[in-house]
Amino acid sequence: MEDNSARLFNDRLIRRLILALIVVVNVLIVGIVLALCVRSWPILDGTPLGRLLFSTEWHPSTGKFGLLTFIVGTFAVTAGAMLLAVPPCLLSAIYLSEYAPRWIRTLSAPLIDLLAGIPSVIYGLWGVLVIVPLVQDRIAPLFGVKSTGYSVLAAAVVLAVMIVPVLVHISVEVMKAVPRELREASLSLGATRWETVKHVVLRKSRSGLFAAGVLATSRALGETMAVLMVAGNYVFALPRTPFDQAYPLPALIANNYGEMLSMPHYEAALMAAALVLLLIVLIFNVTSQAILLRFARA
Amino acid sequence: MPEPSTTHISVRNLSVHYGGQPALKNVSVNIPDRKITAVLGPSGCGKTTFLRCLNRLVDTVDGVSVSGQVLVDGEDLFDPAAEVTHIRKKMGLLSQRPYPLPMSIYDNVAYGPRIHGQSDRGELDALVEHHLKLAGLWDEVKGRLRAPATSLSIGQQQRLCLARGLAVGPEIILADEPTSALDPISSAHIEGKFKELRDQYTIVIVTHILRQARRLADYVIFMYMGELVEHGPAAEVFNAPREKQTREYISGVIS
Repeated sequence: MEDNSARLFNDRLIRRLILALIVVVNVLIVGIVLALCVRSWPILDGTPLGRLLFSTEWHPSTGKFGLLTFIVGTFAVTAGAMLLAVPPCLLSAIYLSEYAPRWIRTLSAPLIDLLAGIPSVIYGLWGVLVIVPLVQDRIAPLFGVKSTGYSVLAAAVVLAVMIVPVLVHISVEVMKAVPRELREASLSLGATRWETVKHVVLRKSRSGLFAAGVLATSRALGETMAVLMVAGNYVFALPRTPFDQAYPLPALIANNYGEMLSMPHYEAALMAAALVLLLIVLIFNVTSQAILLRFARA
Repeated sequence: MPEPSTTHISVRNLSVHYGGQPALKNVSVNIPDRKITAVLGPSGCGKTTFLRCLNRLVDTVDGVSVSGQVLVDGEDLFDPAAEVTHIRKKMGLLSQRPYPLPMSIYDNVAYGPRIHGQSDRGELDALVEHHLKLAGLWDEVKGRLRAPATSLSIGQQQRLCLARGLAVGPEIILADEPTSALDPISSAHIEGKFKELRDQYTIVIVTHILRQARRLADYVIFMYMGELVEHGPAAEVFNAPREKQTREYISGVIS
């Protein structure tokens, strides 16, 4: 009989190694939250939470650190991007999954995925060179508004393009996972292709499509560089229209960390901003998971 | 022996290629009106492709090419001018496994009528009840019509699919090995329904279960490697097959 002890030992070793890795990953997320809490403590300790979250006053030199402008900026830019991206992406995904002949699918799917590989600073440059002037010279005048072009809208457009690959790719995969026989059941009753898509394919894949939206939103919430380059980063007022400047949280942190000089509590305030951003993303993801679970049960 | 009956579906010189590979070779056959026709043959003989031609679901395959004619009530299904949703409405389909639509039991049956313009609440209620009864499912589901169709057992799901297909008022029922995923009791249930429905519908059933064909069929089509080998009244084909391949299949030499 052969000696199995070495093989069995390896088996146990691998299992423990993988377990250790998983533990490290889980500890990491807790560690990040803890570190941010500790570093932002000077602000959290001294400032009422309400003033930190719901004040628009941001005057580091006088010790006023209200984050509302940045929180609103983050949500405005993300919501704008989702509004712009979701309808065309959903329709593209429907086309690619349900209508396109194979050669179009094989040609366009990798091209769309390629969008995901473009560095975000390139998107930022494209935004500055193309979208910002477009908003300034064409779109804002259309609505009778004066705009520098650096705006919620410009950021939303750039972000929308950045989340296209996430939305389209996942949506196509999700819809293609719907069994062919289910489509045929609908078609065989005399339904048109569009009726089949609307009543059967979309309904069957709604939880997956929702998940695609969640991933895209998370990505948009945290996107820093491209947004920072085109949003305008205006500190002193909330954006009222899409043509106003915005200053999302990631841009605030990236722009100012390292230049805090000796202003008291400035670093802690930026850490608090980071903590708020992280919590927004975490809460968003946990809520989405809960909704997905309810989908799965239904 | 059944009296010779009128033709409902007339298949003429039907050939199908998938990306250049032949799947059906020059098949011509008349399918009798309001009888059960069993399409028999070993796996890969083209019987499912044949069935999928009858309601033009074969269209949905990438790289398929079809030549020949399928005449239903004198109308050629493959005529470029033919309108496919109207053709498919004439035929109910039962597939190998039940695929209930992702909606409630009620909505599954109401789906077809709604698509074809029925929106009256009372009419829909009546249609749903009538066809669930016709499929022998009503008593089991009448208290939970709003429950998702996937909550039914697989045998119940297949009867739901039958009710769903009948609800659009077809003339023809196409069934592709409709009992292959079912337990024996559910299978018997479906077969029993077919026997009840044979007077009102033309039924075409693809099967590889020889005994099922013997139990059900009035007319038999035997296919082998994409070709139509033999067809005729069931008694003739089963008791006195003319072709060697049919004899071998029926006696179990090939399967």
